[in-house]
Amino acid sequence: MSGTFVGMPAFPEAAHEAVNNPTLRGNLRHATHTIRAKREKAVAEVSDWAQLREAGKQIKDHTLRHLDRYLVQLEESVMAAGGTVHWAADADEANDIVTQLVKMTGESEVVKVKSMATQEIGLNEALEAEGIRAYETDLAELIVQLGKDRPSHILVPAIHRNRGEIRDIFEREMSEWGRPAPEGLSDTPAELAEAARLHLREKFLRAKVGISGANFMVADTGTLVVVESEGNGRMCLTLPETLISVVGIEKIVPTWQDLEVFLQTLPRSSTAERMNPYTSTWTGTTDEDGPGTFHLVLLDNGRSDTLADEVGRQALRCIRCSACLNVCPVYERAGGHAYGSVYPGPIGAILSPQLRGTGSEIDASLPYASTLCGACYEVCPVAIDIPEVLVHLRERIVQGGPVVHEGNKVVLKPAKGHAAERAAMRAARWAFAHPGALRTGQRLASRTRRLHPRTLPGPGKAWSDTRDLPPVPAEPFRDWWQRTGGGKEGGK
Amino acid sequence: MSSRERILGRVRRALADSPGEDTPIERAYLREHGDRSVEQTVELLAENLADYRAIVHRCTAADLPATLAGMLAARGAKTVLVPPGLEQAWLADADAEQIPDRAVTTPHELDRIDSVVTACAVAVAETGTIVLDGGPDQGRRRITLVPDHHICVVRVPDQVVSSIPQALEQLDPARPLTWISGPSATSDIELDRVEGVHGPRTLEVVLVGSQSSAEVNS
Repeated sequence: MSGTFVGMPAFPEAAHEAVNNPTLRGNLRHATHTIRAKREKAVAEVSDWAQLREAGKQIKDHTLRHLDRYLVQLEESVMAAGGTVHWAADADEANDIVTQLVKMTGESEVVKVKSMATQEIGLNEALEAEGIRAYETDLAELIVQLGKDRPSHILVPAIHRNRGEIRDIFEREMSEWGRPAPEGLSDTPAELAEAARLHLREKFLRAKVGISGANFMVADTGTLVVVESEGNGRMCLTLPETLISVVGIEKIVPTWQDLEVFLQTLPRSSTAERMNPYTSTWTGTTDEDGPGTFHLVLLDNGRSDTLADEVGRQALRCIRCSACLNVCPVYERAGGHAYGSVYPGPIGAILSPQLRGTGSEIDASLPYASTLCGACYEVCPVAIDIPEVLVHLRERIVQGGPVVHEGNKVVLKPAKGHAAERAAMRAARWAFAHPGALRTGQRLASRTRRLHPRTLPGPGKAWSDTRDLPPVPAEPFRDWWQRTGGGKEGGK
Repeated sequence: MSSRERILGRVRRALADSPGEDTPIERAYLREHGDRSVEQTVELLAENLADYRAIVHRCTAADLPATLAGMLAARGAKTVLVPPGLEQAWLADADAEQIPDRAVTTPHELDRIDSVVTACAVAVAETGTIVLDGGPDQGRRRITLVPDHHICVVRVPDQVVSSIPQALEQLDPARPLTWISGPSATSDIELDRVEGVHGPRTLEVVLVGSQSSAEVNS
């Protein structure tokens, strides 16, 4: 899945198609507006939301500030509980570790719980290359996998598909992967869910290896937590003999008690429920209950680089609730695919360029995929100031500067494509520092205003294609101010 | 250098600028929402369970065997899974064949069993959640997952807490825990909620009044 994101065009081009697709916009609008309204209601139900949000922010910040200590503590507790811990510096290493672990079991298929981390590293493709078939078992992920598609939302990856499209995908593709869709399948959600149940159940019941991520890892107890709705997670976490969990290093909370905050804020922010139908916690292995072998793969893959940025590191507080996607006016119109990453929407716009660096066209364009309206910050249950990070990243892209890449300090060059913007800003700075020149320029502009073109020539053309140029007034403001004594003399 | 050392080294260098001193985390949030009597808390649990499409029954301890037998019969259950430590008297009146929870049972065998009856560790009123901790009267995690019909018995008010913070205090993280709020559900198709994708499609919860609460009730 993530493999297909490579070589994506910059956000404005990628979004262009989506913005002109009325079906997609209709699907997205319906879904985001439905969940927005529900979420507001769910949050209003708890009177201490602001305090929970603040506590969540502080717990995560504290964890990040001592991440080295908590990682070591977590490793010790997981091992003490009978698990094995592996460390993966990047995607390739994580994929190698998981592939080897699966091969050691002698199995050639695995069942998967929906997991952002394994999508981020392209695990399914890596396993496929080694002859191991990975079955996605979350209904939305199944729709995406069968449709040879890419996820477009963190929580509901098939948000861009309507029921008719889903029925067509099931009818066409299910037989390729296992049990075919029932004859005469209709497009009601209940029938579609039933088809998925039958299709996946045969895989669950024979699976020997399960692969998951985790929503939280508790450092002091070594407990992992998966929050879900369908029960596919429980199937993958308890029926197989071997369980492999791939989890980003930022997913730690220090203590068991800390879960009391996030188990309240995550369900209400994501699916707008008081509580999601199923939450599973496990600590290493338990005799004769669940997998006898448990591996935890701790994934860095750009997270320690992100941690090195004082402003940007707050993105690591994210608990992947996706509330920011559902309120974002840009996401609602552009859809998730335009972001060219498994992390779409506002959080994706700050997370992807930090995890991957800003070297590619798409990553350099993501901090601009926003109106800076601030709705994402308002809804974030861990108070990530997404607009602040967006502006910070824009500055870095235009001006360049020191960043950490794969653990090393490097100095980023100013990005290409912003030369005209930089030149304009430099000229503006010079003009404001030279009042005489500014006055002369303004008077000249006023006198020639009837000759001004409607659109800009050269590099400014793209900008004025979609915007009207502001008309130049007949007289500069400062001249008017002097002539009228600050407007008191009323002259025109 | 191992990846462990590499990652820990990167993390430490990334944090070199941050202050070592910590202010304690402000936990100004509530331990429970609202001021309720014990009976009101049980009532809230029943309401919230029902709101999430669980079927809720209430009975006294004396009536429990008849209630359970009636529920299994109404469903037409021929077989019922039984955790090793479930109170034997609970299923004394049931006609369904009782299948013990055993480690050697395969998932395919579990799939052919009609119903499962368990107790629980704790129930959370504010969220309508029951929590199983794998205790002897609850059995392995998979037995409440594969059969299509789960009956869970909650002793009220003893096993009921108001809130998630209170539930976490009572639970042992070393045990494998399953938190259940209503039956399996998905909203992946146009955000329409559909019950029963992979877990049990029917969840029935029996709130059993202990002697003391029965007195309060009467």
